[in-house]
Amino acid sequence: MSDLTQETTSAVASSWTTGTVREVEHLGENFVKLRLEVADRHDHVPGQHYVVRLRAPDGYTAQRSYSIASDPADPLVELMVECLPRGEVSGFLHDVVEVGDELEVRGPIGRWFVWGGTTPSLCVAGGSGVVPFVSMMRYARRTGTEHLLRVVASAQTRQKLPYVEELEEFGAFIALTRENQPLPDGSERVAAHIYPDELVPLAEGVERAYVCGSVGFVSFVGRSLGEAGVRSDTVRVEQFGPTG
Amino acid sequence: MAHFTRGFTGRPRRGGNDRLPPGQYDTGESWPTLTAELTPTIDVDEWTMAVDGLVDTPTTWDWRGIHALPPSSYFGDIHCVTTWSKFDTTFSGVSVDALLDVAGVKPEATHVFATSTTGYTTNLPLADVTGGKAWIVWDFDGKPLPPEHGGPVRLLVPHLYFWKSAKWITRLELRDHDEPGFWERNGYHDRGDPWLEQRYQGDA
Repeated sequence: MSDLTQETTSAVASSWTTGTVREVEHLGENFVKLRLEVADRHDHVPGQHYVVRLRAPDGYTAQRSYSIASDPADPLVELMVECLPRGEVSGFLHDVVEVGDELEVRGPIGRWFVWGGTTPSLCVAGGSGVVPFVSMMRYARRTGTEHLLRVVASAQTRQKLPYVEELEEFGAFIALTRENQPLPDGSERVAAHIYPDELVPLAEGVERAYVCGSVGFVSFVGRSLGEAGVRSDTVRVEQFGPTG
Repeated sequence: MAHFTRGFTGRPRRGGNDRLPPGQYDTGESWPTLTAELTPTIDVDEWTMAVDGLVDTPTTWDWRGIHALPPSSYFGDIHCVTTWSKFDTTFSGVSVDALLDVAGVKPEATHVFATSTTGYTTNLPLADVTGGKAWIVWDFDGKPLPPEHGGPVRLLVPHLYFWKSAKWITRLELRDHDEPGFWERNGYHDRGDPWLEQRYQGDA
């Protein structure tokens, strides 16, 4: 694995702090965007995450990690939470949390799945796996490094892809698996995972690839990247969900 | 900071579960997969496992050789730093003690540094992998360990958070000093005791 010194400038926050909820926005049925004012905040590197800890009156706690969507220069920390079936923490964040609530948070955490704005990179996301890449895109736009970042986002439908407008505006390649998409030449992209011939030109010239999504998605993309000539030791992975 | 989270009561629970370390939840039948890299394809005919560094006889086992060692199994719980715990797992393979007995540990060795075929590394005090506390395993619940869970062979150190149980293990190097491995350099705790909640650097 390669050296990370260029991109590991941020320290892990060693203690819990308070994140005061300043904005709550529900997107579709399954996503909630939370924007937090974090006390004693440390700057993050795009790709890092925060841990959110909930505490019941009897002392019981539950904590989960959520990727940061915001640019490091954003005064608030933005988390996008997908509400999972029977999700103890995600369900609470989706259904109960209101503006003004205080959450225990800890972060930023993780120094591997990060992009510091210097390496030509390909990001491939499945569904809510786009969140860390949104932070990278926002950072790239502010620092004028968009040319170093290519983003592919896959989801079943447009509705199930958070930040879809922002992704399109950035020029991300969007691959829907259950909806055909009109193409500029008047034809249609037939619903499917990203095709190898779609991936090859996007992978050309990149020095690193980031893949974020479910276990099955990461496995599929890993094979596709290999076929597209991307070396496996340049691929950084963040995957979530059960193996079934 | 609020003493509790407004509106949060948590899942219904029966008293304290003394098998669940603080901040963990029971993942039940599922077994989440968390890795930082792509799952490699490993041919057991080419696989080897080395024990070297501060040992009397640096030794490398191939697939047949390691299977010829006395078998040993673990039955119990595992805990991941991402907060899931899985109860009553069964892993089979060999005890790390068996490998170290063959190689002969020099008295000055204090730590081991585990390396995977992918280049993943993790550091452990020697005392955490000796005395029946660690295994090299290839079976899970009586079946070959799936590649996404570290198959064909992974390290198993069930009393520590599971990132210490390096997947796709290929080498244990004995050292006279500690040096952070992959996740430890990237913000995780050097030891990772789930009962002490040693998740990240800076934790007690």
